[in-house]
Amino acid sequence: MAMNYNAKDEVDGGPPGAPGGAAKNRRPDNTAFKQQRLPAWQPILTAGTVLPTFFIIGLIFIPIGIGIFVTSNNIREIEIDYTGTEPSSPCNKCLSPDVTPCICTINFTLEQSFEGNVFMYYGLSNFYQNHRRYVKSRDDSQLNGDPSALLNPSKECEPYRRNEDKPIAPCGAIANSMFNDTLELFLISNDSAPYAIPLKKKGIAWWTDKNVKFRNPPGGENLEERFKGTTKPVNWLKPVYLLDSEKDNNGFINEDFIVWMRTAALPTFRKLYRLIERTEDLHPTLPAGRYYLNITYNYPVHSFDGRKRMILSTISWMGGKNPFLGIAYITIGSISFLLGVVLLVINHKYRNSGNTADITI
Amino acid sequence: MALCAKKRPPEEERRARANDREYNEKFQYASNCIKTSKYNILTFLPVNLFEQFQEVANTYFLFLLILQLIPQISSLSWFTTIVPLVLVLTITAVKDATDDYFRHKSDNQVNNRQSQVLINGTLQQEQWMNVCVGDIIKLENNQFVAADLLLLSSSEPHGLCYIETAELDGETNMKVRQAIPVTSELGDISKLAKFDGEVICEPPNNKLDKFSGTLYWKENKFPLSNQNMLLRGCVLRNTEWCFGLVIFAGPDTKLMQNSGRTKFKRTSIDRLMNTLVLWIFGFLACMGVILAIGNAIWEHEVGTHFQVYLPWDEAVDSAFFSGFLSFWSYIIILNTVVPISLYVSVEVIRLGHSYFINWDKKMFCMKKRTPAEARTTTLNEELGQVEYIFSDKTGTLTQNIMVFNKCSINGHSYGDVFDVLGQKAELGERPEPIDFSFNPLADKKFLFWDPSLLESVKIGNPHTHEFFRLLSLCHTVMSEEKNEGELYYKAQSPDEGALVTAARNFGFVFRSRTPKTITVHEMGTAITYQLLAILDFNNIRKRMSVIVRNPEGKIRLYCKGADTILLDRLHHSNQELLNTTTDHLNEYAGEGLRTLVLAYKDLDEEYYEEWAERRLRASLAQDSREDRLASVYEEVESDMMLLGATAIEDKLQQGVPETIALLTLANIKIWVLTGDKQETAVNIGYSCKMLTDDMTEVFIVTGHTVLEVREELRKAREKMMDSSRTVGNGFTYQEKLCSSRLTSVLEAVAGEYALVINGHSLAHALEADMELEFLETACACKAVICCRVTPLQKAQVVELVKKYKKAVTLAIGDGANDVSMIKTAHIGVGISGQEGIQAVLASDYSFSQFKFLQRLLLVHGRWSYLRMCKFLCYFFYKNFAFTMVHFWFGFFCGFSAQTVYDQYFITLYNIVYTSLPVLAMGVFDQDVPEQRSMEYPKLYEPGQLNLLFNKREFFICIAQGIYTSVLMFFIPYGVFAEATRDDGTQLADYQSFAVTVATSLVIVVSMQIGLDTGYWTAINHFFIWGSLAVYFAILFAMHSKGLFDMFPNQFRFVGNAQNTLAQPTVWLTIVLTTVVCIMPVVAFRFLKLNLKPDLSDTVRYTQLVRKKQKAQHRCMRRVGRTGSRRSGYAFSHQEGFGELIMSGKNMRLSSLALSSFTARSSSSWIESLRRKKSDSASSPSGGADKPLKG
Repeated sequence: MAMNYNAKDEVDGGPPGAPGGAAKNRRPDNTAFKQQRLPAWQPILTAGTVLPTFFIIGLIFIPIGIGIFVTSNNIREIEIDYTGTEPSSPCNKCLSPDVTPCICTINFTLEQSFEGNVFMYYGLSNFYQNHRRYVKSRDDSQLNGDPSALLNPSKECEPYRRNEDKPIAPCGAIANSMFNDTLELFLISNDSAPYAIPLKKKGIAWWTDKNVKFRNPPGGENLEERFKGTTKPVNWLKPVYLLDSEKDNNGFINEDFIVWMRTAALPTFRKLYRLIERTEDLHPTLPAGRYYLNITYNYPVHSFDGRKRMILSTISWMGGKNPFLGIAYITIGSISFLLGVVLLVINHKYRNSGNTADITI
Repeated sequence: MALCAKKRPPEEERRARANDREYNEKFQYASNCIKTSKYNILTFLPVNLFEQFQEVANTYFLFLLILQLIPQISSLSWFTTIVPLVLVLTITAVKDATDDYFRHKSDNQVNNRQSQVLINGTLQQEQWMNVCVGDIIKLENNQFVAADLLLLSSSEPHGLCYIETAELDGETNMKVRQAIPVTSELGDISKLAKFDGEVICEPPNNKLDKFSGTLYWKENKFPLSNQNMLLRGCVLRNTEWCFGLVIFAGPDTKLMQNSGRTKFKRTSIDRLMNTLVLWIFGFLACMGVILAIGNAIWEHEVGTHFQVYLPWDEAVDSAFFSGFLSFWSYIIILNTVVPISLYVSVEVIRLGHSYFINWDKKMFCMKKRTPAEARTTTLNEELGQVEYIFSDKTGTLTQNIMVFNKCSINGHSYGDVFDVLGQKAELGERPEPIDFSFNPLADKKFLFWDPSLLESVKIGNPHTHEFFRLLSLCHTVMSEEKNEGELYYKAQSPDEGALVTAARNFGFVFRSRTPKTITVHEMGTAITYQLLAILDFNNIRKRMSVIVRNPEGKIRLYCKGADTILLDRLHHSNQELLNTTTDHLNEYAGEGLRTLVLAYKDLDEEYYEEWAERRLRASLAQDSREDRLASVYEEVESDMMLLGATAIEDKLQQGVPETIALLTLANIKIWVLTGDKQETAVNIGYSCKMLTDDMTEVFIVTGHTVLEVREELRKAREKMMDSSRTVGNGFTYQEKLCSSRLTSVLEAVAGEYALVINGHSLAHALEADMELEFLETACACKAVICCRVTPLQKAQVVELVKKYKKAVTLAIGDGANDVSMIKTAHIGVGISGQEGIQAVLASDYSFSQFKFLQRLLLVHGRWSYLRMCKFLCYFFYKNFAFTMVHFWFGFFCGFSAQTVYDQYFITLYNIVYTSLPVLAMGVFDQDVPEQRSMEYPKLYEPGQLNLLFNKREFFICIAQGIYTSVLMFFIPYGVFAEATRDDGTQLADYQSFAVTVATSLVIVVSMQIGLDTGYWTAINHFFIWGSLAVYFAILFAMHSKGLFDMFPNQFRFVGNAQNTLAQPTVWLTIVLTTVVCIMPVVAFRFLKLNLKPDLSDTVRYTQLVRKKQKAQHRCMRRVGRTGSRRSGYAFSHQEGFGELIMSGKNMRLSSLALSSFTARSSSSWIESLRRKKSDSASSPSGGADKPLKG
């Protein structure tokens, strides 16, 4: 056999890719695997499994959808556009770059009171935070406090990498374009002076971002010292270590900055600006009434047809107002249920016509 | 070994001087070292990489990689392409390396074989690789010839030596080679050492049967021919030793020159896949262009204004240029529609299927201990699409073993086996074969069951004695007696061997012969007959005779021959005997046995003398000697006395009729192409039930001229047309047609025809102007038999069908004469363990029994095709679903080629998250169990019609993929646009969005593979659940603090997974997306299953129902199995099992049942189908019972 086999190789140029010949014991093993007899589950889409699935999906989805829908409807939300493109808008004057600082005031009324924690967002439209060149224009090492990256930011930050031969901290287009309007909210009460709603600026970023991803560079006590040798981003009015007065909300770990750095997926987005915490007493957080919004208008969006909004919203277990999800669930649930009915009818009719493949032996 | 192959200019002629290495070295002939390996350790990497990058796909990915290095274009990190590319290259390299390692090993083994070389006057052991041209080497019996040698001398007289050339041309009979007279005396070493002849001969070539050269020695010239050559690969037999002069060595030997690279075969799926990949490239380019235009417009309309916050790259100065760059960026991120892993995965799946074929226990032949072997790993799915099978006869359908089965002696037929009740017994119920122990010289392998014949011998029936005496005398067999009583017969034809062996066992032992005598042991006593003449066999005479003088001095002529000839030459007194014998002959022929008629004639001394004189004169005649001899023979072979007739069974391989029946039911057309005679071929056609008596007509085309053949073909066609066209008025065919109409809806149109065509006619039929006519005619017939065809014609026939029918062809054969057709057909199958291995070497699949073909096609082929199709569908689907999301996202990100997903997800999606489940499906999936594919051969049809994966199916997959991608993007978009998290922070940040889409995608494609997987083994479970688990594990790992702390710039998604996946909204989105993606698929499949099920669906469904009533049906199945094991051949045609499947009503009933299933005419069709199936399965035993009762 051996001789024979070699001679075969001689002609063949070696055994083929598949083995079998080489094995001394040529008898194939009688294992379930090799004989393709592995025990297996062989599911079939029978009426008995498919129809109930459709009904169950329908029965689960519709209540969930209704739940979501109701929850979503109970959420209070108000949105105020303060871009100022309309001539009537109080902020119209701020479109001109000459007026600095430009402060405008917009009045609005809450028809219903906002209870529980209220969240204040700024919303931008037509702002492409998801553009490829924008998204990559940052240096996470620098933001994580790496001293070498601080002074030598990544090439990805170009053209916002260096300014006047000094490294920019934080570098890149994202940081450079940070939103820098200041929004203040006042409740107008009839009997007294306008009441400034306390806006909390901490606790608006993800814990992981604030504590893991973003870190100030190491060094001395003084934050300014730690950022020594760097310069502020071109568009910024003040350097990064002056973003806030509080020490644990300053520099790279400034929460406004962190929120901005978490880029949006879509060109229209909202970002959390401030928290309005529930008051201890039983009063609603924002009672119904007249308010005004005080805007320090620094952030130009007019050039690219952007819009700026301020949003006040309460939230629920599933976040803010989200009509889409509820409606989608109700729709899909209904379709599923209907499909179940249609399939049942087809299946039934089919069975009656005597052509069924259902074997009733 | 690296030195083995040196490039040399082509040789004009070859000069080799014996015993003069120095002289021969001048020419730098190749050494005897062979090298089939491609690489060595140093060259492996560069050479292998070079080869791999010759593949378009790999180059394409390399190109992408280079594109990615341009920062303005790079839309992905470099590793998203390089990781898969390296993985693919590595897998291929490892496979190549293993292959090459085995080649090295076998090269080494061959090169290190020992041979005895005459060096400096002494014989020395040398390795084969060190043998040089001009060396004299000594070969011993049963050794392989090391190189192409000129035979110098041998141990046998006259410098004769015997070789077996099975390795070369597949012929097992021994061949004789002879040294030229001058060298044949060089018997001893001292003489050989002084031999200094020089051979000048032709340069190396691949003609196995030609050699021309001249030996110059002692100033004389001696012509050399192929008769003097021993070629590498032959084995020396029956020769103690011989010496040879090496003429061609190593790669120059005829064997190696013949082992050209086999043509690389591609499957139709391969070709389709390549087309589709090209289309996808086109599609990719289109998308790129659309997005690039979008980008240009966007940059022009929006981007320029947005420059306050996002200035353009330095190099980019216009929107147009930006668009151009974004085209390439999009080409990079959208390249995953043609994933690099496609080709590798396909290879892996095919390899898996090949292993399953190799491992198949049911394709393992116990007797020859040979497993089936998939020698090519690239053709498996094509096995599920075969429409035409071209089969050799001898050795493939038949075993080429002749068995003395029956005989008729003096009007009495022997050989039927009767059981106690006096009925013909079945094989399984046969008693013990009769005992030949009285005869010490009997061949133990000979079996005979009818004891009455032995009794007849024992009681000394003179007719019987004379019958066997004839068999022991009238033949051309040679005997060899190695030890006392150990007789070996060397017969020219296996028929003769069978007859002589039969005589031997019945006490008439042919012991030995000399040119003038024959010694026979008749019932124990040695009798020597004087052999006066052998009147040899030829095709025209169809008989042979011997004239012998017995010890008493009586001269007798014994003759055996074909009945058609011999029965006319009998003495008129034989009339009565002739009638009974003819009856017997008809009976035997009906059973597919090969018959011979035996007769004798007494000659008186004077007549003989006078006749011998005339014969001598005729044989000395100058002109037309053949004719004269023939007429002399004719004269003496007349007025003979009839002795009887023999019937020899040309043993079919096991299970041949059943296999053919099953394959026919699977709509595969079987053509037999044989070199054998027409009668034999037709006989075999009947015995393996390709031809049946039920057939409307068997057309026989035997024309010798173009016109005749054309006419015959035309007539055949007309007849078929007539009968199918004019059902109403065709007189002769109407009846048949109607009956067949009733029973078989499928076959009713054409009726059943068969075509038998012989070699001459085929030569004409294959000419360019007639081939279409021939093909049309042949394809309308159910069975086609071509006899007396040459190997080339076999290939031509295959080529013809391939060319015009666009069908997948399979050729199966065992001998060297089948090689051409095996190589031509889409799939070549070699029968291993028979004569030679030439066919096996040329084949793509090999196994040792024809019957395994049904398993190879109906089980392995079918599964392979199914799996491959499912695999491809899913593969394209999942990549389109994955990639097209980027396209939609393009409209929302300024066409900036921003990816939707994390770069690691893109890297790992194809190679980790989704690869294994689909591979598992591609390797393990089964729609119906293997026994069902045999039970319902119609299950094979989708493959032939190419239904499971074609352009239409492809577009459906693509559409489904795009549908999924749309939902995958727009549902999260709808949900996220304005939503916030439950802690008030923004939900729609890019990273959360990416994680949500990626997670839903992985879940949806996992669900989809779950739906596609029809056969959930533990492995599938492991892979599917494992992939999901691995996805989440990697997701959390990539988003972990540890990795971020090490590489903050690479793992920017830190903390994302836990933050995002903790949101109920995200999960609600994922569930919603999943349901919306999967629901229509389920509904659609359910509807299809309900309204328009495939046969496989139905069988599967039946299976499910059956499980509930296990016991009852299992018992039914067992009955079926006992029946199928029997050989239908040994039984009369009306009773055999093959009959039952093939011609019997069973087949028509079952096809009726199947057709009614498609027509949906009967509500309880499956019941009737089952009943019929079980009928057909159990009726063999029923058929066996019939004669018992009747």
